[in-house]
Amino acid sequence: MTQKRKLVIIGAGMASGRLVEHLLERDPQAFDITLFNAEPRGNYNRIMLSPVLSGEKSWADIVTHDDAFYAHNAITTRFGEHVVRIDREAKTVHGEKGSVPYDDLVIATGSAPFIIPVEGRDLPGVVTYRDLDDTNAMIAAAEAGGKAVVIGGGLLGLEAAAGLKERGMDVTVIHLAGHLMERQLDEAAGYLLKRDLEGRGIKVHCKASTAAILGSDAVEGVLLEDNTGFEASLVVMAVGIRPETRLAVDAGIEVARGISVTSALTTLNDPSIHALGECVDLDGQLFGLVAPLYDQAAVLADNLLGGESRFVPKELATKLKVTGVNLYSAGDFAEGEGREEIVLRDAMAGIYKRLVLKDNRLIGAVLYGDTADGPWFFDMIRNGTDIAEMRETLVFGQAYQGGSPLDPMAAVAALPPEAEICGCNGVCKGRIVETITARGLTSLDEVRAHTKASASCGTCTGLVEKVMALTLGDSYNPAAVTPVCGCTDLGHDDVRRLIRAGGLKTIPAVMQALEWKTSGGCAKCRPALNYYLVCDWPEDYSDDYQSRFINERVHANIQKDGTYSVVPRMWGGVTSSKELRAIADVVDKFAIPTVKCTGGQRIDMLGVKKEDLPAVWEDLGKAGFVSGHAYAKGLRTVKTCVGSDWCRFGTQDSTGFGIRLEKFMWGSWTPAKVKLAVSGCPRNCAEATCKDIGVICTDAGFEIHFAGAAGLEIKGTDVLCQVRTEDEALEIIVALTQMYREQARYLERIYKWAARIGHDEVRRQVVEDTDRRRACFDRFVLSQKFAQVDPWSERVSGRDKHEFRPMATLSMEAAE
Amino acid sequence: MNAMTRNWVVVGSIDDIPRQGARCVKNGDMTIAVFRTADDRLFALEDRCPHRGGPLSQGIVHDGCVTCPLHNWVISLESGKAQGADEGATQSFPVMLDAGTVLLDLGAGG
Repeated sequence: MTQKRKLVIIGAGMASGRLVEHLLERDPQAFDITLFNAEPRGNYNRIMLSPVLSGEKSWADIVTHDDAFYAHNAITTRFGEHVVRIDREAKTVHGEKGSVPYDDLVIATGSAPFIIPVEGRDLPGVVTYRDLDDTNAMIAAAEAGGKAVVIGGGLLGLEAAAGLKERGMDVTVIHLAGHLMERQLDEAAGYLLKRDLEGRGIKVHCKASTAAILGSDAVEGVLLEDNTGFEASLVVMAVGIRPETRLAVDAGIEVARGISVTSALTTLNDPSIHALGECVDLDGQLFGLVAPLYDQAAVLADNLLGGESRFVPKELATKLKVTGVNLYSAGDFAEGEGREEIVLRDAMAGIYKRLVLKDNRLIGAVLYGDTADGPWFFDMIRNGTDIAEMRETLVFGQAYQGGSPLDPMAAVAALPPEAEICGCNGVCKGRIVETITARGLTSLDEVRAHTKASASCGTCTGLVEKVMALTLGDSYNPAAVTPVCGCTDLGHDDVRRLIRAGGLKTIPAVMQALEWKTSGGCAKCRPALNYYLVCDWPEDYSDDYQSRFINERVHANIQKDGTYSVVPRMWGGVTSSKELRAIADVVDKFAIPTVKCTGGQRIDMLGVKKEDLPAVWEDLGKAGFVSGHAYAKGLRTVKTCVGSDWCRFGTQDSTGFGIRLEKFMWGSWTPAKVKLAVSGCPRNCAEATCKDIGVICTDAGFEIHFAGAAGLEIKGTDVLCQVRTEDEALEIIVALTQMYREQARYLERIYKWAARIGHDEVRRQVVEDTDRRRACFDRFVLSQKFAQVDPWSERVSGRDKHEFRPMATLSMEAAE
Repeated sequence: MNAMTRNWVVVGSIDDIPRQGARCVKNGDMTIAVFRTADDRLFALEDRCPHRGGPLSQGIVHDGCVTCPLHNWVISLESGKAQGADEGATQSFPVMLDAGTVLLDLGAGG
């Protein structure tokens, strides 16, 4: 066996992550890899930090390589450790915690944010926008509210501004140039963008030169050269980046603006040292967008494995990732000798398109408002297509060429195989089609996994789905995300996330903000939204009873003949002669036709007329009964056995613990019904192992089970954990319930939710992560302050009277 | 009485009916459900789903329709007809709102 070569990579950014993937894919045995990263974490999708900032995505969503990946591929990780120097003589990298020898070294140190050298730049509250720590600092600052100033109106600055605005801050953008994003946009599009942002409440000041950042102990404001001042408790500097070249300079490697490299990405004066990513300088050109960085990663991977690939920079297209703003630019759109332009404006629709032509060829495009034709124009720019014949209609887009209908599907069908679909990853249509066919792929996730198309910024997801639909025909089921109902295209998870991110606190607010397609929703989405709002805003939201299913609205179970059944709570299934006598009296008084024991150890009275419900409840209430919530998507029963009180095998007080659980948790609303059971010994007489949450008592303590079912599907539980005391068991069960309340989709039982997110993930969140568990527990307790009100006694005292009485009773005479 | 006869009967006030809700009017053996939409339009249907006789008054009211609480049939408030793939209709009654007072036309059929 040949010795593996030692490869050291400095920097775990997007480019080096891709490099590692290529190397492992091509030859997992070739290298012993050591990966340094100054950030205390591995590779993640840095360009998705903006959605994290705005709350549309979570950190977990954007991790591209987790610990398991590095462990599985035997990559030595040195995260959170700075590299001190490179010793080229000894071919050794010196980190803060020790040195590593290398055969090949890749410097992928990326770039550092440029800090304007003004007074006050070091004050607390002045941040840059580069990595997760910056993002978290901004999120934390936004929680305190107040005013933010973003210095820099480029891509990054505007995404930061939009994110901070989403998080409730009062945001001002100050920008040095005459219009926003001057490197990607012309003045007209810059104006439309400014107007859109101002429409969202973000203030924009162009031609604004920063003179100083003010404040004594922390930042208090920003002062411009013209003496205009802005108050701010947070200042984000997003004026640009510069390649991080310190290590290379110190090691005597040739550096211009970035680390100078050949087209093979090797440094000019050391053949065993290579550079990759934003720190690279190729003939004076720097690279900041992700597409060329991925190209570089592929080229360098090939060369490290003995190939002779060359990196050739290509034309680039840019998109702004601000939800609701459509902006696309590509190529060269500056005015110049011999250049012509075609402009289309539709002020009402907020559309602006500008094409720049030279010698009958498209060389640049700026699209605002309607960007659907972006990839088509971009394709022509790259291919140098002669547009003489379609010149008249070119600006109207692809659909107007050759009389093809205005159908986005037809537009994608008409794209040639080499047309680029995913700009970030440089994936063309032909590659997607081939991969789908060769590997028999059917889902978007699979296509992402195999081709990387739409796996980075995700804005081309729609295009990728269309390519899939064209390739797979009817067998493509785009229901990767099933919409909540016909009123929206969003799935439950997105709706829940956006409710929290947007601070949406009423059903109309949700429908407005998430662009519901119907005016008032339907019988599917309204109960779901009502639940999500009840769960997420226990203190603020007032329950919309008209959006609840009848059973929850009148607190009884409707039967096939329109009568109702009534089930009072019997805590832990324990009752008394007094309670039984009260039930007997009610049954007689209201001539209730059927009395039955339920599977959850209580008594059901069936066939009660709706008008009688309040009177039935009043009599039951006098005997101490409260609602059993037998009708609720909420906590139903806690079934118990007699445990150590009576049973000769009982190990713990299972009845007492069951009652304690029920008293703690009754009244809580959940995505679907929740049934518990506590068995006093492993003989399991309370049948705890087919419940949503079950407990098996043992001499050693409590074994907590979860994710069982005994309905349409039968499923035994899994053990969540074992604990010694009743208090610990209570905390874990309550935290699990709260986690389920917050994460599951409406009508999704615990066993389905747990299967979807993974049983280990549940264990990690409620068993291993004690802080998280405690926080979940506390949120449940808070929610219970508002939920634990007996709905029956409320109605006996007059609430919702209208529900139980006819509006009018017309006499027979009047009707004739 | 011929079919054109109007037989307006006062049944109550619009404030008696919750928005996106319904109240019942008992008329002999028949129950009539009077619905109020989110934008304060009023409709009246016999309180019987054409499917299995479920009480439509107990359903969720949305976008000019009500979803039956028993098996989720969706019934148009205006026509009483089942929507979507389901077929059937329940009787509908003219409703009038006069300065907050709700009147039902029980017609010749009463």
